[in-house]
Amino acid sequence: MTEQTYDNFADHYNFAYLDEQTKRMIRRAILKAIAVPGYQVPFASREMPMPYGWGTGGVQVTAAIIGANDVLKMIDQGSDDTTNAVALRGFFVKTTGVEATTKTSEATIIQTRHRIPEEPLKANQTLVYQVPIPEPLRKLEPRETETRKMHALEEYGLMHVKLYEDIAKYGEIATTYAYPVLVNDRYVMDPSPIPKFDNPKMHEMEALQLFGAGREKRIYAVPPHTKVESLDFEDYPFEIQKFEEPCALCGAENVYLDEVILDDKGARMFVCSDSDFCEDRRENGHVGHMAANPITESENRGADA
Amino acid sequence: MQTSEMTQTTADASEDLPLLRVSSATKYYGDRIGCKDVNFELYPGEVLAIVGESGSGKTTLLNCLSTRLAPTSGVIEYRNRQGAMRNLYQMSEAERRMLMRTDWGFVHQHASDGLRMSVSAGANVGERLMAVGARHYGDIRSTAIDWLDRVEIAEDRIDDDPRAFSGGMRQRLQIARNLVTNPRLVFMDEPTGGLDVSVQARLLDLIRGLVSDLGLSVIIVTHDLAVARLLSDRTLVMRRGHVIETGLTDQVLDDPQEAYTQLLVSSILQP
Ligand SMILES: Nc1ncnc2c1ncn2[C@@H]1O[C@H](COP(=O)(O)OP(=O)(O)OP(=O)(O)O)[C@@H](O)[C@H]1O
Ligand SMILES: [Mg+2]
Ligand SMILES: [Zn+2]
Repeated sequence: MTEQTYDNFADHYNFAYLDEQTKRMIRRAILKAIAVPGYQVPFASREMPMPYGWGTGGVQVTAAIIGANDVLKMIDQGSDDTTNAVALRGFFVKTTGVEATTKTSEATIIQTRHRIPEEPLKANQTLVYQVPIPEPLRKLEPRETETRKMHALEEYGLMHVKLYEDIAKYGEIATTYAYPVLVNDRYVMDPSPIPKFDNPKMHEMEALQLFGAGREKRIYAVPPHTKVESLDFEDYPFEIQKFEEPCALCGAENVYLDEVILDDKGARMFVCSDSDFCEDRRENGHVGHMAANPITESENRGADA
Repeated sequence: MQTSEMTQTTADASEDLPLLRVSSATKYYGDRIGCKDVNFELYPGEVLAIVGESGSGKTTLLNCLSTRLAPTSGVIEYRNRQGAMRNLYQMSEAERRMLMRTDWGFVHQHASDGLRMSVSAGANVGERLMAVGARHYGDIRSTAIDWLDRVEIAEDRIDDDPRAFSGGMRQRLQIARNLVTNPRLVFMDEPTGGLDVSVQARLLDLIRGLVSDLGLSVIIVTHDLAVARLLSDRTLVMRRGHVIETGLTDQVLDDPQEAYTQLLVSSILQP
């Protein structure tokens, strides 16, 4: 955390765009959030030079904690290269001058939308989540006064009503994203729209996890080494998504895969959603079954069949 | 075997002690009287009817008793399962809310106030179980089926939501949802109001059966003296916020002492 002004690119910006008073206010909210794991702390969210859907909550949290020596990684659905990730990374590089990276292991701050990196995070790292809707009870109980009371009194029966309905309707818990968790045996929390595949990574994570919701003006946190449990039933235990095949490019197993459509004939492949993880493996000589030339190979296979 | 004997003993020990004690309960809305200076005791297993014309204060009193509306003055005490008499309005909100979803039930006149209309019948019944920590889907579901059966809702409606139910079914579902945690005290505000006569009769039969099978204590608000007659042991007559007459239901209805009660009885019970 630093008070300096970075004036190389644009001297009309304060370091990390926000003024120091705003950053202090956000840091106080973050400290409170860390002190009460999973509890949503209200904060006076500021206008940011980007639309809400772009993760202004995460941006404000990052802006409040970033210092000149940090190394920043920005990911969107596992990728460093989407428009959103590139723009936000550019924003921070321009307003702070910090070094940016795509390598998970080199980053000290990782701001993310919808994924947790595959590589386990370490104690010197902070993961900042962009959160659209922070209230896990919202869909079931629209009244804010009531949800606040439910959190205060630990009245979470309604969360299980939702899971009950899933099983009654679909024969299993059909929730696959933003799957609710119980933090530190106390607060039920929405982990943001990460796939439930990533939920177990939150449990006892070495890194600090911070969550920022800009439009809804809430910050919450999971401090390092905190118990994070996915809600379930005894006879319908929580399970993560399973993939039939390894990553087509790097051969990784037990990672989250995205389906990629290759042509309009229905050819497709499954590849790591975490693009840095995949590249790293390929650099280290791991080869998936479609690594050489995915297009040709699938055409060949199509012809054989 | 042993458990049921023990429950029996506990119940016997507190049988002669009131479950609810109301002392000078008063509620003003501004200068308007909602109810004033109400005193009574309710004993375990007793069904008390609160009757009176529209605007006489029945709902106001019921809401004060059930902690849904804080009285302006007066004391309302409830004997908890440990046998201690507790002032309801000195309990913490957490304790009160716990009481409301375990030890008590509240059946609303409009089922939509007491049900979650967008979740299935099974989940409506199971919610209280999940709220007190039930975490086995199969068990919750079979308990829900059991309760639906007890209120005469077919098992194959368990996954339908109450919007697809008739008025009478919704009321029966509301009752099942309340009774699933084996409450000791159930509040009802005009539970048969707005239903067809034949539907009313069936619902009243059902309530009467459940009350006697389960040994429930009930406070039921109604402007229909026939409902009071059928269900209640004692009746409390209200007028302009005051209790003007109280006694065994048969006595109050057959031999009313107050002129106002005589008027009520004659205008409603006689053809
Ligand atoms: N929220 C309120 N604000 C102001 N006055 C109220 C309120 N609720 C009830 N009252 C008044 O308090 C008195 C008692 O009303 P209450 O609803 O308790 O009567 P009731 O016996 O339940 O009537 P009904 O049979 O029509 O339901 C009435 O004069 C009513 O107008
Ligand atoms: Mg009323
Ligand atoms: Zn890969």
